[in-house]
Amino acid sequence: MDNLLSVITFMPLVAALILALFLRGDDEASQRNAKWLALIATSVTFLLSIFVYTGFDASNTGFQFVEERDWLMGLQYKMGVDGISVTFVLLTTFLMPLVIASCWDVKTRVKDYMIAFLLLETLMLGVFCALDLILFYLFFEAGLIPMFLIIGIWGGVNRIYASFKFFLYTLLGSVLMLVAMIAMYMDAGTTDIPTLLTHTFASETFSVAGVTVVGGLQTLMFLAFFASFAVKMPMWPVHTWLPDAHVQAPTAGSVVLAAILLKMGGYGFLRFSLPMFPVGAEVLGIYVLWLSAIAIIYTSLVALAQSDMKKLIAYSSVAHMGYVTMGIFAANQQGVDGAIFQMISHGFISGALFLCVGVIYDRMHTREIDAYGGLVNRMPAYALIFMFFTMANVGLPGTSGFVGEFLTLMGVFQVNTWVAMFATTGVILSAAYGLWLYRRVVMGDLIKESLKSITDMTTRERAIFAPLVFMTILLGVYPALVLDLIGPSVEALVSNYDTALLDSGVTTAVAGH
Amino acid sequence: MIQADLNIVLPEVLLAVFAMLALMGGVYTTKDKSAPLVLWATSLVFVLLAAWIGVNGEGTNAAFGGAFVDDGFSRFAKVTILLSAAAILVLSQDFMTREGLLRFEYPILVALSVVGMMMMVSAGDLMALYMGLELQSLALYVVASLRRDSVKSTEAGLKYFVLGALSSGMLLYGSSLVYGYAGTTLFSGIFSTVNAGDISLGLLFGLVFVVAGLAFKVSAAPFHMWTPDVYEGSPTPITAFFATAPKVAAMGLFARVVHDAFGGAVADWSQIVAFLSVVSMFLGAIAAIGQRDIKRLMAYSSIAHMGFALMGLAAGTAEGVQAMLIYMAIYVTMNIGTFAFILSMEKDGQPVTDIDALQNYSKKEPTRALAMLVLMFSLAGIPPLVGFFGKFYVLKAAVDANMTWLAVAGVIASVIGAFYYLRIIYYMYFGEERDALNGSMPMVNWLLLVGSAVVMVLGVVNLFGIEGLAMAAAGALVN
Repeated sequence: MDNLLSVITFMPLVAALILALFLRGDDEASQRNAKWLALIATSVTFLLSIFVYTGFDASNTGFQFVEERDWLMGLQYKMGVDGISVTFVLLTTFLMPLVIASCWDVKTRVKDYMIAFLLLETLMLGVFCALDLILFYLFFEAGLIPMFLIIGIWGGVNRIYASFKFFLYTLLGSVLMLVAMIAMYMDAGTTDIPTLLTHTFASETFSVAGVTVVGGLQTLMFLAFFASFAVKMPMWPVHTWLPDAHVQAPTAGSVVLAAILLKMGGYGFLRFSLPMFPVGAEVLGIYVLWLSAIAIIYTSLVALAQSDMKKLIAYSSVAHMGYVTMGIFAANQQGVDGAIFQMISHGFISGALFLCVGVIYDRMHTREIDAYGGLVNRMPAYALIFMFFTMANVGLPGTSGFVGEFLTLMGVFQVNTWVAMFATTGVILSAAYGLWLYRRVVMGDLIKESLKSITDMTTRERAIFAPLVFMTILLGVYPALVLDLIGPSVEALVSNYDTALLDSGVTTAVAGH
Repeated sequence: MIQADLNIVLPEVLLAVFAMLALMGGVYTTKDKSAPLVLWATSLVFVLLAAWIGVNGEGTNAAFGGAFVDDGFSRFAKVTILLSAAAILVLSQDFMTREGLLRFEYPILVALSVVGMMMMVSAGDLMALYMGLELQSLALYVVASLRRDSVKSTEAGLKYFVLGALSSGMLLYGSSLVYGYAGTTLFSGIFSTVNAGDISLGLLFGLVFVVAGLAFKVSAAPFHMWTPDVYEGSPTPITAFFATAPKVAAMGLFARVVHDAFGGAVADWSQIVAFLSVVSMFLGAIAAIGQRDIKRLMAYSSIAHMGFALMGLAAGTAEGVQAMLIYMAIYVTMNIGTFAFILSMEKDGQPVTDIDALQNYSKKEPTRALAMLVLMFSLAGIPPLVGFFGKFYVLKAAVDANMTWLAVAGVIASVIGAFYYLRIIYYMYFGEERDALNGSMPMVNWLLLVGSAVVMVLGVVNLFGIEGLAMAAAGALVN
């Protein structure tokens, strides 16, 4: 099939349309139908995406499964994947059936809930497959709509504040990127991403309103894109929307947000910032590295002080995304490999951790750490799984968390030893907040009256965690599964980056060694 | 000679004759009883004329020595005006009947103002411009105070009239200066004077006054003060009308004056238009935040949207005009849907305009709420809805014309503006559980509401081909 990517991308949308147009009523039966249809649609999407995986030639660093059609005003509808994006496509299709399964107990507006998630899946897949600037922007931005509704309609007590903050914060970041995209269109005369990847944007130093801009146009464009992706990642200090959004979002919403939506920022850095504006990235890269190091330490410390479980994991996400940005802007093979690996692994681990919170939230309807304690006595299976993912989050060797952190740290070490040194303290801090959380929630005696009747995980819940556990271990012991897939593309990316820097005469940190 | 001229203005003549016949018929026969018939007939005539103009028009024809120009640009604008006016008339029937406002003069006045609008977008001479503008405005002043026994409605009409007269005065003063320094009222004559050499100070002065007068008509800040009051005071269908067709006509006229007459002095007016654009976008975005009345909110929203349309104009290129036309067409479509919704905002038979009353609406009327959600996101300019493409075109035109600062200002204003559209969604979807509005909605209104929402979604495929039409239209105006 030569339009496989479109089929995968729009499969969930078709299911959402069927739900919206043909499913009537809000009784038990139609709720069940909505859930099953959504589950089947996302599962079929996943199965189809396996064809992409098997048909993908990792040694080819170009875009594959490309499809192209004319659209408005010289724009194109162009889809395709390379080694970097194919991993994100697979991550998304793999997680979505689990997400749908995790909201099986939702009772309010089930049909709308399913439609929102199906819509979101289409938009997320579109982001990773789009090979046209504006098409990318379209998917990137449109994702805000279903997420806004998911937080706003099915969220917690303070959901309105959180949903507005989420929407406006990320919108403000993105619109500047839109202007930069239009400027790129003007400069290069095309919005075709593969062509833009080979286009050299002007990097002569000039001054704007008396301020000298080293790296010229590239630096400005880098900043505009950075505004968008840094908010999306989110990087310190523009991360403040994330804890609010996470805490208020329903469990499934948190999972999607942490596991996939945040990765759009990292993907954007890899697809646009690094290869298209190498000079800008080189000029500002060192600041990004330091921001990442600050993010890792600061948000880890903040996580230590949280009394809300979801907030704690949200801050831990910000810290882990710090490793990702650090790895990307180390701009060498290990760093970028590690960053992608970290994103994939974080997708499984943070998703699972939010699901862990969801399991006990569904039973007790509180996320306060103080409300729990001694759960191991009544929920042994839960204790085991929570333990496993806490360890994976800490980066225990043998789990996928270790590989990502280790590779990024190794990459950064070659570029800037100080940043690497500070960032490494984050590993210790993550053990501190992770284990402390675990002790307070799971260990000890079960003395709270309200917890006396709590039940262990159901079969459905166990079934959701099984694939996540499997993937975390598999990638932990056999990381080549991902690294072989992304390796050649990353190698090409890094070597293009270095060549572009040499051509433009800017000395690189790596070349300086 | 006169035969050929009349042929060119035939659509306008026919519409004017129709309006007068309908007036005679109404006066001498059944008066208000025939009002629904007149209303439907008028909107049918609008649609037929739009089809005729859209299908038949070809090339550029000038009538009456160049005072009246029929070209691709005017045809695009006329079709938009006629179709939107037809839609609004149809929308208003139910509301006007319920409120006891359905007098037979109403469709006739609308028809006359549409004649004025068609005249405006075709004007090739300062006299024709003024005639069209006044015909349009006078009819609008009257319909604004259609509810004679309401203080607010008469206040709206009076306010509109007084401020409108002021702006007409400015426009006339500017026109007289232009005439004095160019020696002609014909746009083509002014164009060659401007092109011949440096634009003289007097001509520049005239230009500024003309632009100020036009800015008033498109309700661009800082000439926007009348808009919220008139929108709030007028009966809702009239507000819907104000928000659509006259805006297209005024923007069309604006484009015609600056390009046809002052096309040689782009640098001189472009900065004025850019200023109007920035101020309108920010004022519209910020001032709407405090509004609780949905009609006032839509007034500020329209100010912000006019700011975006002016951004296309400020670019001073054919691409900019194309962007402006596309923007206006999209804007009008969104507003028709939104006002179809606002007309149905009722509780126990009483019209409600407080946005707070929308709480819990989505539970009660899921389809209408969903359509409104789509329209609100589209007004906010969130992709993949068509409202985004409108913004994209004008931003692109601005960046193309080296006005990146304007584009940056525009996107920031659009983020601020997104807040109040989101708030409407928030009331409908996340609001408290309480008795929702229970207004009924006639089939036609429902179709227009849902239809415009569907257009907003499906337009992502190819914008229904208006891109090419707008490009041809802009090409006819800007050489």
